[in-house]
Amino acid sequence: MNEQVTVQITSKEPAAPEGPPETLGPRCSECHAPVTAEQLEAALSVCPHCGHHFPLNAAVRVAQLADPGTWREVAGDLQPSDPLDFYDSRAYVDRLAEAQLETGLSEAMLTGLCRLGGRRVALGVMDFRFLGGSMGSVVGERFCQLVGAAIDEAVPLVVVTASGGARMQEGILSLMQMAKTVVALDMLADHSLPFISVLTHPTTGGVLASFATLADVMLAEPGALLLFAGPRVIEQTTREKLPPGFGRSESSLAHGQIDLVVQRRDLKRQVAQLLALLEGGVRCDIEPVRPDPEVVSRGGGPLAQAVTRAKKLALSSRGWLFGRDQQDRDPT
Amino acid sequence: MPSLPGVGYSEEINKIEIQLESLKGRKDSTGLAWKTVQLARRQDRPLALDYIKHTFPDFAELHGDRLRGDDPAIVGGMATFDGRTIMIVGQQKGHDLKERQFRNFGMPRPEGYRKVQRLALLAQKFQMPVLTLVDTPGAFPGADAEEGGQAGSISRTLQVFAGLSVPTVAVVIGEGGSGGALALALCDRVYMLENAIYSVSSPEACSAILWRDAGQAPQAAEALCLTAVDLYRLGVIDLVIPEPRMGAHKHHRATAKVVARRVEAGLREIEAVSPEERLRARRRKFLAMGMLAPADAGL
Repeated sequence: MNEQVTVQITSKEPAAPEGPPETLGPRCSECHAPVTAEQLEAALSVCPHCGHHFPLNAAVRVAQLADPGTWREVAGDLQPSDPLDFYDSRAYVDRLAEAQLETGLSEAMLTGLCRLGGRRVALGVMDFRFLGGSMGSVVGERFCQLVGAAIDEAVPLVVVTASGGARMQEGILSLMQMAKTVVALDMLADHSLPFISVLTHPTTGGVLASFATLADVMLAEPGALLLFAGPRVIEQTTREKLPPGFGRSESSLAHGQIDLVVQRRDLKRQVAQLLALLEGGVRCDIEPVRPDPEVVSRGGGPLAQAVTRAKKLALSSRGWLFGRDQQDRDPT
Repeated sequence: MPSLPGVGYSEEINKIEIQLESLKGRKDSTGLAWKTVQLARRQDRPLALDYIKHTFPDFAELHGDRLRGDDPAIVGGMATFDGRTIMIVGQQKGHDLKERQFRNFGMPRPEGYRKVQRLALLAQKFQMPVLTLVDTPGAFPGADAEEGGQAGSISRTLQVFAGLSVPTVAVVIGEGGSGGALALALCDRVYMLENAIYSVSSPEACSAILWRDAGQAPQAAEALCLTAVDLYRLGVIDLVIPEPRMGAHKHHRATAKVVARRVEAGLREIEAVSPEERLRARRRKFLAMGMLAPADAGL
């Protein structure tokens, strides 16, 4: 395993100057309501008026999820290469150098060990600004080393995706990263360690068609585009305009492809809670509860309470189903 | 391998030299990669069902994903081969327009990938080796396929193949297009016919995205390194299967025979090791894929 580099990221990392400039004007680019950079930052880069989730860069995302001062980078020293000597309108090495300069990252994914809500996790975060968050050899290798770290430390894996898919400039080797990440997850499964993926805007192509959709629980931020092929390709194929909202998180939820759509402000708590539940299946320290028929009939026992609770839940969930739209069904 | 350019003339000179080299290389062989793309896509090239017809006389086709439908872009079934039953799964493009439309031009939908998973797990249950025949422009990029979970159906197919304990061999017989092809190629051995192609994206899509001009497809084909020889050089495939003179489309039976011989030899090799070792070796093989900057050579 590689040398591990310690990077301190405080939760006060400024979100504003890092994001795409058009999203940070005095007005929200979606609803055009006036919003200052400070307001946007305070709201985790979610428009306080329309709830639009603006993209986050990887460092800010880590700061939002990792407990302060606990982040320890894994495989951060890996550097990309140019195996195909790739040259289109520009050389791949130039595109890489520019992306590194612009983002301050060495590649499109940050990987590390940290605590999340007090719980130790292996955390991977993709950054769409780095060549569209595309997966080349380094992203694949970092993912695998992160899985290795999760296995070594016996901690769960959490990965936040944002990617246009495989990196074209590394050709077939990028495609092979799909197979590679799937094989790594097979090894994680050998150790029964949970994997949660958080899909953010956009997650498409080879990343969606490999590790991202193999998580035990899949979450998505509202409005994230989640498609195997791009919308333009689909429109060319079907020769029809796609309906608004096609391929977005809410549509994926309705089609049974993901577990939950989660607001950014709830994300950390939600991930921590799911991890606690996923890891809570085995109890050796407590004797199994045996229902006492008498207690049940008097309505005071734990089983009876559970039944009452379930009935109440069933009643309230009916309200959710018929009265509100998808996003409101997320427990907040 | 070129390092990232920094400050200083030597870096600059090095960079220009690299660009010059790649330009020179392109001029020489642009025609070759593009010619291979066109050969790989020929309608009269032997397709999955041709290999099956010539190699497996007792082939019993199986249908359906048991959930939604039967995808004609995927054909699969059992047959006797070299003294035991094997499972064969392939993408079928079609020889004429009518068949191509019926087969959706070999572009599978989620139900097709679920059929592949079902047959692979069936093979596992009865300890049959699996042979896959890869020939697709890619997974179908339609609205229904997306809503049916195209991405997840591919990732779960990869997952099934990663975990199979039976021997697996993939042969790229024509077009190995993107993730839709890879779904059938996470195998112990990956072979490629001489004039087949295997790529992260079609040259047309690559050209449209990187050059912002679909007309640069021949250049993109060259840059993507998608021929069998390129892939062998990159360590992605294990064997280039030579085609008869003038190409596979001229000699279906002879091509099928050569492929069958190679598959037979490959399967015998893989069957010689224990299932545990087979699984370990398959994992090692795919975990080693990729190329990092030389500073990390010691990893």
